[in-house]
Amino acid sequence: MNALLLTARLDIAESLRARWFAFYSVVFGGIVVALLVFGLTESRILGFTGLSRLLVTYIQLCVAILPVFILMTTVRSVAGDRDAGVFEYMLSLPVPLAAWFWGKMIGRFLVVFLPVFGAMALAAVYATARGIAVDWGLFLLYGALLVSLSWAFLGIGMLISTLARSPDVAQTGAFLTWLVLLLFLDLILLGLMIRQQLPLELIVGIAVANPLQSFRTAAVLLFDPQMVVLGPAAYVILDAVGRNGYLIFAIAYPLVLGTACAAIGYRIFRRGDLP
Amino acid sequence: MITFDNVSKTFRRHRVLDGISLTVERGERVALVGSNGAGKTTLIRCLLGEYLHQGRIEVCGLDPRADRTVVLARVGFVPQIPPPLKMPVGELIDFAAAVCGSAPERMIAVVRELGLDWDQVWRLPFVKLSGGMKQKILIGVALGRDSDILIMDEPAANLDPAARHILFHQLHERKDRAVMLITSHRLDEVAALVNRVIEMDQGKVALDDRVADDLEMTARLSCIVRLSRAEPAFARAMAEWHFTGDGGVWRGEVNGPDRLRFLGVLARYAGLIAGVEMS
Repeated sequence: MNALLLTARLDIAESLRARWFAFYSVVFGGIVVALLVFGLTESRILGFTGLSRLLVTYIQLCVAILPVFILMTTVRSVAGDRDAGVFEYMLSLPVPLAAWFWGKMIGRFLVVFLPVFGAMALAAVYATARGIAVDWGLFLLYGALLVSLSWAFLGIGMLISTLARSPDVAQTGAFLTWLVLLLFLDLILLGLMIRQQLPLELIVGIAVANPLQSFRTAAVLLFDPQMVVLGPAAYVILDAVGRNGYLIFAIAYPLVLGTACAAIGYRIFRRGDLP
Repeated sequence: MITFDNVSKTFRRHRVLDGISLTVERGERVALVGSNGAGKTTLIRCLLGEYLHQGRIEVCGLDPRADRTVVLARVGFVPQIPPPLKMPVGELIDFAAAVCGSAPERMIAVVRELGLDWDQVWRLPFVKLSGGMKQKILIGVALGRDSDILIMDEPAANLDPAARHILFHQLHERKDRAVMLITSHRLDEVAALVNRVIEMDQGKVALDDRVADDLEMTARLSCIVRLSRAEPAFARAMAEWHFTGDGGVWRGEVNGPDRLRFLGVLARYAGLIAGVEMS
């Protein structure tokens, strides 16, 4: 087995044993169970019923908690390992640096994505068993959006981990990054900026660059075609690129962003002191 | 085999290594000694390709940073502080063996030889083991493969006398075909293991000397210590060395490379000692 797969496997095994992973899985599994228990599949909102209704709510909750979960656990693990001397020893073994870095990234991606997707899949299985209609198109779209979101924040987390020289700095950096992205969602600071009549290009640019915004807009887009709950920036962007164009962007852009951040992180890692 | 050419390393504005130039040839067993902050660990991390530095380091003509997988495949490294790995011991050995192109069984054989019950420890998280157990596992990883450059930071510090003897035996087997860099705060810990001593001070080489030692690394010395009167503290010290005695006369065996350390212990009770025989 090559070094990349070995490192990924090691990271997966390490994460599966960690307490954060058990908590993480319980949170997302618990959300789905709670939504089922509270009878969300029987309720109706904006024409969405059954499992689609549950998925829409689930994805809204994901955008609130998934990014911060990924950022904090990634920087704690990577920067913490380096600080504790794990890197000093493990990188004295003949592992290529690329295999070590990308193997960690791939292993971690599977660990953060699978419980979130698994909870969604659990809901689909439950719905099928109960004879509730499952909108598989929506299911796949949300699966793809979750892949993009997880990958983007994992890449950002890896970049922060390589930039910060201590776990404390890394965690603070991760939290601030998440907070800034959260503040620049359409309905918070962007709305205020529009009211202050700042240049539209700047506001649209910020909205397009924010992976949280693209995820949220794409997730809401399907059940809110009139964009009642979307902000003004999303309205402008959607008007320019159309619904399908935006969905493609919302899936592709975070993937590119996550890869770019991780690539910059890898470059810094490779060119700096390792432990 | 290993060349350091004007190697310097600065952290922010603090110069930790200052123009180190050394050549270490095959068959040399080097004690790298010096106080805390002398630069030993930094020099080793540069040699492992983990730190960027000024100057040039070559291992058989290769750069440890640019050619890290080729160079590190030949390096067996035992750090001073074992890493806090949460993974089970078996998983660590499997990973290390796979990336080093060795068989896990070879590493396990060394671990068993050092006196560790493999069947008992392989499932346990590495971090939960005692200091001595961790050291035995790391030595197993370092020696259970085709490594001809051994870099060991206080490798025998936590080992019991029997395990120390086996480690010395393992090192003895490799002494002519390998380079050994053994670091320690104290020369008496490693003096008998080595044939060259490099002392570092404030990032520079303060002393570089060859050592002549007629005693084999694997030798065991039969020892008798006579006291002028019985002393409980001395009895406790001798028990740690597995000596037996009636209070006045103590008998036991000391590993050849441990004799300086043993004499250091005796020195603490110099006022009580009526005679010492070592043969």
